[in-house]
Amino acid sequence: MNEYGMTIGLGVLMGTLARAYMLRSDYRQYPGYPHGYVTHLSLGFIAAALGSVALPAIAEKEFAAVTFLALAGQQFREVRNMERESLAALEVAELVPRGHDYIEGIARVFEARNYLVILTALASSSANYITGRPLLSIFVGIVFTLISGILMRGRVIANIAEVKAGKLNFKGALLMVDEIDIMNIGLPAMREKILTDGLGVVIHPKDDNARSTLHNMGQRQAIAHVATTILGTKKDIDTPEFTPMVRKNIDTGAIALFCVPAEKDIDSLVAAVERVPVLESARRAPLKTKAGRIAAD
Amino acid sequence: MSAEELVAVVTINKDAVGGDIPIFFAGTEEEQARIATTLAKVLKGMVHDIGNGAYLIVKH
Repeated sequence: MNEYGMTIGLGVLMGTLARAYMLRSDYRQYPGYPHGYVTHLSLGFIAAALGSVALPAIAEKEFAAVTFLALAGQQFREVRNMERESLAALEVAELVPRGHDYIEGIARVFEARNYLVILTALASSSANYITGRPLLSIFVGIVFTLISGILMRGRVIANIAEVKAGKLNFKGALLMVDEIDIMNIGLPAMREKILTDGLGVVIHPKDDNARSTLHNMGQRQAIAHVATTILGTKKDIDTPEFTPMVRKNIDTGAIALFCVPAEKDIDSLVAAVERVPVLESARRAPLKTKAGRIAAD
Repeated sequence: MSAEELVAVVTINKDAVGGDIPIFFAGTEEEQARIATTLAKVLKGMVHDIGNGAYLIVKH
């Protein structure tokens, strides 16, 4: 046991630290309740333990131990279910729901993080086992943690589109952001309120891939949800007029977001929209197909 | 997405509406807006203007 003590210990330590690091980096997705932190740190610890015993197990010719990794896979799929279920259950209480796609994306991220923890733990325990130098092992652990951080970052709206401030205006009862129709607002008093307090942005996709990604309703709901999370909303259950809406220009493919934020600050709204993650499930790439490229010109 | 539901109509144009839905008649546009606001709050619906003097209260 003693000869592997350092190897396993370092692996577990670096893996758990990696999980803690990744918890910190997801302020926008995480509900932030302390029990959630405890749950995920504990699961991260288990993942780290699994990763760091893998190499010593093989060195001891305990090949059966590797089957534990399969068990781990099962376990972490459970993490995905857990996140999905709890976020879906909370969805009812959200004025502006996240949407199924966003929840699925978050759940998948939480699952994937555990695999990255296993990898980090495996790498740092291997480094110590092979070289026998704990400091090097810690260094490897840090490098893998940073790589995991980059891997998990994903793309954001700013990468695939240009976000610009739009102007709210009314054509009769029809609310518009620039030239994009949003919805019909019946009451004159509401129209005035929207003109004074509302904000609009227009998201111009950079290419055809971005356009089809942005047209996904789940992606649009995520944009509305993030904008509301960052700037707040004046919507209440009896004022559906203030519901943030994301609609597209059917001719150009541009997307318009309308919202009535608690804090009216267009720069903040543009920055918030630019940082909305591109959802895995919404991502489309027609330009990767031959037919898609023919249509592109 | 839940289904939309037309719950009431508030109108100043009696000829514009009819049928098996709650219809409220108003004398002036101000009265119409006031009734529509109250109904929208009570029914948690949204007011839409269809342009012929009738407001619809729709649940989204």
